Amino acid sequence: MRIGISVALAACIAIGSTAVASAQTVKLGVVDTYSGPFAAVGELLDRGIRLYVKQHEKDLPPGVKLEVIRRDDTGPNPEVAKRMAQELITRDRVQLLAGTVYTPNALAIAPLATEAKVPFVVMNAGTAMITTKSPYIARVSFTMWQSSYPLGGWAVKNGLKKVFTAVTDYGPGIDAEAAFTKGFTDAGGQIVGSVHMPLQNPDYVPFMQRAKDANPDAVFVFVPGGKDATSIMKVFGDLGLKAAGIKMIGPGDISTDEELANMGDVALGVVTAFHYSAAAERVANQEFVKAYKAEYGADQEPAFEVIGGYDGMAAIFHVIIEQRGKIDPDRTMELLRGWKNANSPRGPIMIDPDTRDIVQNEYLRRIEKVNGRLANVEFETIPMVKDPWKEINKQK
Amino acid sequence: MEALTSILFHGLAYAMVLYIVSVGLAVTMGLMGFVNLAHGVFAMAGGYVTVTLMNGYGVPFGLALLAAFIITALISVVLERTLYARLYGASELDQVLFTIGLIFMSVAAVRYLWGPLPQPVHLPAMLSGQVDLGFRSFPTYRSFMILVGFVLIALLWLLVERTNFGAQLRAAVDNRRMAESIGIDTRRLFSCAFALGSGLAALGGGLGADILAIYPGYASEYLVYFLMVVAIGGLGSLRGPFVAALLLGIGDTACKYLVPQLGAFFVFAAMIALLLWRPAGVFGRA
Amino acid sequence: MSPVDALIRRHRLRAIELLPWIIAVGGYFAFADYLPLGSQILIMILFALSLDLVLGYAGIVTLGHSAFFGVGAYAAGIYAARVSGEPLSGLLVGAVAAGAVGWGSGMVILRTQGLALLMLTLAVTALLAEAANKASFVTGGADGLQGVDISPIFGVFRFDLFGRTAYVYCLVVLFLAWLFARHLVHSSFGQSLIGIRENLVRMHAIGSPVRRRLLAVYTIAAALAGVAGALLAQTTQFVGLTVLGFQRSGEIVIMLVFGGVGRLYGAFVGATLYMIAQDQLAKMDPEFWYFWIGLLLVLLVMFARGGILGLLDRVVRR
Repeated sequence: MRIGISVALAACIAIGSTAVASAQTVKLGVVDTYSGPFAAVGELLDRGIRLYVKQHEKDLPPGVKLEVIRRDDTGPNPEVAKRMAQELITRDRVQLLAGTVYTPNALAIAPLATEAKVPFVVMNAGTAMITTKSPYIARVSFTMWQSSYPLGGWAVKNGLKKVFTAVTDYGPGIDAEAAFTKGFTDAGGQIVGSVHMPLQNPDYVPFMQRAKDANPDAVFVFVPGGKDATSIMKVFGDLGLKAAGIKMIGPGDISTDEELANMGDVALGVVTAFHYSAAAERVANQEFVKAYKAEYGADQEPAFEVIGGYDGMAAIFHVIIEQRGKIDPDRTMELLRGWKNANSPRGPIMIDPDTRDIVQNEYLRRIEKVNGRLANVEFETIPMVKDPWKEINKQK
Repeated sequence: MEALTSILFHGLAYAMVLYIVSVGLAVTMGLMGFVNLAHGVFAMAGGYVTVTLMNGYGVPFGLALLAAFIITALISVVLERTLYARLYGASELDQVLFTIGLIFMSVAAVRYLWGPLPQPVHLPAMLSGQVDLGFRSFPTYRSFMILVGFVLIALLWLLVERTNFGAQLRAAVDNRRMAESIGIDTRRLFSCAFALGSGLAALGGGLGADILAIYPGYASEYLVYFLMVVAIGGLGSLRGPFVAALLLGIGDTACKYLVPQLGAFFVFAAMIALLLWRPAGVFGRA
Repeated sequence: MSPVDALIRRHRLRAIELLPWIIAVGGYFAFADYLPLGSQILIMILFALSLDLVLGYAGIVTLGHSAFFGVGAYAAGIYAARVSGEPLSGLLVGAVAAGAVGWGSGMVILRTQGLALLMLTLAVTALLAEAANKASFVTGGADGLQGVDISPIFGVFRFDLFGRTAYVYCLVVLFLAWLFARHLVHSSFGQSLIGIRENLVRMHAIGSPVRRRLLAVYTIAAALAGVAGALLAQTTQFVGLTVLGFQRSGEIVIMLVFGGVGRLYGAFVGATLYMIAQDQLAKMDPEFWYFWIGLLLVLLVMFARGGILGLLDRVVRR
């Protein structure tokens, strides 16, 4: 029975892929969040995908076409994400999978990628261990450790010896806290207090007051972007932490480019570590921002989710072009391992041949006023950071 | 000491927002026995009107709030007359479903009109910064919110306790049939109370936009808090929801400050305990 | 005489009651590409069916039914990840865990009514969700529970990529649950529940043990919801925090109401149409999908109380 099914399965997939290959149409299945309360983030990711396809469709080898099939996972709903991936594989016979804003969704898809041998390019979800869950996963986005761990070392070097950490009480928050604490204490810093804040939290006053009581040099903050970042920033000002000379630092999630306008001057001087800022002055980024504004409106700023979709498509185009449209799963993973792009809008990037995870520059940015608007201005670069979580756990 | 005053002060400001938004819900639910889960929609509408008038048309803050009150009250009367009124006396389930439907529609509509991102709030310069009260300074805007909250409470109290309208309202809450039989037009009364409650919610939405961010998920995300104020406070009174709002605002803030490990447990555990103790609310009539 | 025959005799199983099963079996062959969706529809039908016992028959308006779905999913998921991947015992674990939570919370909250009860059901779910998030060492927290490896059913039928085994498995479980629920509502116990819903005071007056009856049905429904949750955990081999979300509680109420409350088959009609509509409409118009669902709800309450089956009833009677 078991053998029977897997033979049938293999046969189906083989039939599917040969039929498709002869037509030279590569089918890419994208699982992303298009509806529900989190649709805004999914839309950003999709904008990156659309923009790249629009700019580079002409680069595909003659006769090779790319068909992008989009499926809605409706938010952090792993069972829907899994079903969508399942349908994309069995019904639409996609040769490549991509997407997912959320970690649980990527984790639910991972076993499918292994079983059906469909390479899966993770474009956003950032929990460190995702890439260890299937040999057919490669990630082009980021990991929480990549930004928060080096920030710890930077803080000590720049005179922030005592830090209070305040993070949202769920996966990415705990990850960010662990990463920062490790980097910070290894460099000789002292954590003077920490607090986990509930996910559904209308008012950040009690937590920032605790931070103030601890009288640290800085507060390390992680909240899921958007309105929460603005809320906590305002409370930071209202409670007088800023006036007391306490700095706010954190991963770039707390100063996303699209949210900066809502924050007001209290955000000035906040230092974050991240892999992308729309304000970066690299030529590649300036061209990218220009193209983005031309496509989606002059008042729109690209965010890190857009870059995830954009660079993810760059990697996917690479494997399509190299194989001239005939996608072989193992050859695809080989091509993805060690794939480099020296000229991404976020600077040079590479997929680590060993872990299949992204290697990229981390930028330290300070929020400053540029032409009357708040922006994340990069002032220091930590070049080509590998995911520290995997590096540390490898050494053990 | 400094931390204590700060927790009390900010908890109070938060409580004021909760109260202003929720008091209308308590009154209309008490009056009509209508489970109006869509109450938050009116607060959201008020927030959007305020922010849009200020950012898009340069209307001063106070005027924008007033406009939010009036516009939302008018919209709510139309809805009340055409839709809500048909469901007075319908089953609880029907009312719950109907108002969930309204929430869904409003969320989609707001997203369509204003996009998915939270709206930026630019406060007037007069209200930003800190105000010095002698012994220490407080954020001006939160002080302003508390002040407005108390003024509104005083006005509401005067309205309900000292006017003819208030007397009719109290009579109708106590015993609707009796009130009708002595010639009170309860239909009109309901509409007025509904408009007033929705208008107040809109005011709360606009005023509280700095704490409860204005975005499409507003009506559903904060609904639980508004309902809690009403359920704990008890239906049909002004005092109950106020005490409940204080309890939630200050209690939640203090608990998260003192025992942050408990996180969101406190509010829900407190609500369970209070409702088991007094199912009709702390000040409700069983 | 088989138990099924006994049932047919006792409650006069009408031919039309076989229709859902004919469709479900036919669907397996006709929509072979849609089986993953099919199994999730079957799971939601079971979930809605359990809600119907509480909401439709006992008249308890709850916005916290996902608590039991979630507990069942986590219990079965953790059981599979830590103890054994055997699926049938996993279902039992899910049912017992959810039933226990249903019994425990029911003991406490069923003494209230109306708004207080509504809020209490909400609060119980919120507490459980928060607990699942905090206890990430067993539940995986926000990243979700991984390592849910389910062995083949009876050691033979492996869960395949196309979702064939999963579909048949869900269908059989749903069928058994339906037999049970049908038996329950036609029994004197079921009739007394309807009595409680229709006239609480009178039921008290005739000496019916109202509280005990309500607690019993609440527990049974919780256990059934737990089975639905366990099925989801086993067929997706993953459990995320959203199984405990308010959204799921609200959605299941909506599904049931679309179909028709208190008629056992409302769950079948409502869950099927809702899931298919979501799958199709959300693809066409993802941004505005909630608007149409909302509008449909409003129209339903205004013009078609009783849901789709209620409408059909009226058409047939005319």
